[in-house]
Amino acid sequence: MSLYILCMILFCIGIYGVLRKRNLVKIIIGLAIMGYSINLFLVLLGYRFHGRAAIEAETQDILSMVDPLPQAMALTSIVISLGILALVISIAIRIYEKYGTFDITKIKRLKG
Amino acid sequence: MKDVNIIPLFVIIPLLTAFLIALLGKTIKNFSEKIIVASSSLLLAFSLYSQILLRHTPLKTLVYNVGGWLPPFGISMVLDGLSSFMLIVVNLIAFFVAVYSLSYMEKYTDKPKFFTLFALMVSGLNGVIVTGDIFNLFVFLEIASIASYALVAFGTQAEELEASFKYTIMGTVASSFIFLGIVFLYGFASTLNMAHMASVLNSKLSIWLLPFVSVLFLAGFSLKAAMVPFHGWLPDAHSSAPASISAMLSGVLIKTLGIYAMMRIFFNVLGITQAQLSILMFLGSLSIITGAILAFSQWDFKRLLAYSTISQVGYIVLGLGLGTPLGIFGALFHLFNHSVFKSLLFLNSGAVDYAASTRDLRETGGLNKVMPVTTKTNFIASMSISGIPPFSGFFSKLIIIFACIQKGHIGYGLCAVIGSILTLIYFMKLQKFVFLGELKDKFKQIAEVPYLMRFSMICLAAICILAGFLLLPALRPFLDRASDVLLGGTNYAAAVMGAALR
Amino acid sequence: MSLIVKTITRLIVGLVLLFGIYIVLHGHLSPGGGFSGGVIVALSFVLMMLAFGEDVAVAKISRNLASNLESIGALMFLFIAILGFLGGSFFLNILSTGTPFKLFSAGTIILSNISIGIKVGIGLFAIFLALVILEKTKRER
Repeated sequence: MSLYILCMILFCIGIYGVLRKRNLVKIIIGLAIMGYSINLFLVLLGYRFHGRAAIEAETQDILSMVDPLPQAMALTSIVISLGILALVISIAIRIYEKYGTFDITKIKRLKG
Repeated sequence: MKDVNIIPLFVIIPLLTAFLIALLGKTIKNFSEKIIVASSSLLLAFSLYSQILLRHTPLKTLVYNVGGWLPPFGISMVLDGLSSFMLIVVNLIAFFVAVYSLSYMEKYTDKPKFFTLFALMVSGLNGVIVTGDIFNLFVFLEIASIASYALVAFGTQAEELEASFKYTIMGTVASSFIFLGIVFLYGFASTLNMAHMASVLNSKLSIWLLPFVSVLFLAGFSLKAAMVPFHGWLPDAHSSAPASISAMLSGVLIKTLGIYAMMRIFFNVLGITQAQLSILMFLGSLSIITGAILAFSQWDFKRLLAYSTISQVGYIVLGLGLGTPLGIFGALFHLFNHSVFKSLLFLNSGAVDYAASTRDLRETGGLNKVMPVTTKTNFIASMSISGIPPFSGFFSKLIIIFACIQKGHIGYGLCAVIGSILTLIYFMKLQKFVFLGELKDKFKQIAEVPYLMRFSMICLAAICILAGFLLLPALRPFLDRASDVLLGGTNYAAAVMGAALR
Repeated sequence: MSLIVKTITRLIVGLVLLFGIYIVLHGHLSPGGGFSGGVIVALSFVLMMLAFGEDVAVAKISRNLASNLESIGALMFLFIAILGFLGGSFFLNILSTGTPFKLFSAGTIILSNISIGIKVGIGLFAIFLALVILEKTKRER
């Protein structure tokens, strides 16, 4: 149970980073932390005590194994967050090119 | 070929289009234009065909088992009244926007890339609609979102990048909430199939999980649908994107990713409670009033329309929140109407931008003399969105207001009426400053937009006028079948399981 | 980069690439698969780019080739999925599944892994390349 709570704390740290930080790169890091905390939580949910990976082997019988579905989901979610991070980092680089700063309080041409 | 085989085609065709354009778009001249029109008209035809198919299906539900794996083990794709309704909305708008973009995107440099992203977005939207698996829903939702983040930044000007950054951050936070909710549901129900999950949740009671998950989903989907406390990103994103993409974003993307996914999960999987309905009603009416008041003070054509989207989405959510048959019917009807006339309005703004190179209401004026088609279609759309009788918007708003009164929520009904009046006022302002008044000298030379753009606008305007006929008994099953799915609640589970094993 | 880095890179870059290909091909037998193997393949190119500069890596795989191969990988995957229609269902495994624990078994899964490996390996490399080129044009300006 305490591990689950730690995951939620990690999630909250991610949200804190997104909401409170003023540097674009730090916001992106916050986003990444949010994603990782959910992946960690997902894999922990699928864990069974003394379980092994759900991969069949020729020589040994498997008595207890962890739930493989969360691992597949976590992998998919990692791929998605990879795509988003690549996109958002390239946008951040372009923003730096145009505005000359990473400070979000100075990036405010759109308003109203 | 069996009938159910059309269901995966809604995902296959746009994906194939996207990657073919990415591969061959640069080398073969005009390849991307031809194939995008072909694929979007094919999709429109298939989605219309799905209506005919459903009419002859006994359970009104068709299930496709991907890879031949039966639910709950494999991924299933579900086509029921609601999916078919949403497919028609999405593919109708996507077709006209694709035709419009053929001419409109001339002023941007890289057309093949644009159409690749566009097709990816359509495949994500169609996937969200047809899927019957909750994790698959998340994956398709992310495909559509990532494509839209990139499309908002397509022009790579400073404002577009800023808007796209904001949109990406908010969208990703929303997706994280949704994903966390899905993880909790999986941990509790040990299944990902939505129908199976609904039946597990029915039989296995929990005191704390469902409210917690509901809050996560509500936050995530409200962020995606831009309801009022969560609306900050929408005006920037929708006003900075290329006009055809604004039409897609406002017209179908926030409805599919926000409203449709929320309806599906809350009504069909979790089983909606009175408390959630009250929250939806409150958020809806708050959106109506706030969006209308904020739209009132805008001087940018597209920004005004973006705030108007917030206000109009409020009507849909208010109608859903009523939970009565009439309310849900009105909400779905308004969803259809809004996607038609809001896309049309954004396409009009693109036409004005294309011809006059400005979107500032203070600089334009008198364009009715040089752009007659844009003016007339814009007039139809404006009257429709403000609820003037012969046009479609009137009927849907009237149904929602009636439903409010029928349920006894006079206050919410009043909110809807006030919102409608405010809508009329700010669209009068739009008409006055853009199309009526003195024509300035610098705009004397401009001409009407190319015929492909005119074609899209005229067709959408015609649908605006004709959509009222959907209330006729002959055409009503189109909306009735969709609202029946929502009213059936968690009967969805039985219907899907029954159709899958047949 | 320094001489040590260059020498070590020259020695191990081939091994990294081979290991990536191994992971892709054995995706249906052991942990790993298209995505993980593809990432390792991409990392071998990235390593080369970090050690010798982007010009050497671009000489191996140009940007056009990268984007074409990426689309081909995706199309291959989709094509394998559509091939299932021959057996009656989307994504159906229509090839013979063979005997378990042999390399040539599991039907279309190995083909899907290969196409995902191409897509991910080239795609990640292209992303890295795009970011590097963005940085380079900025420095030149």
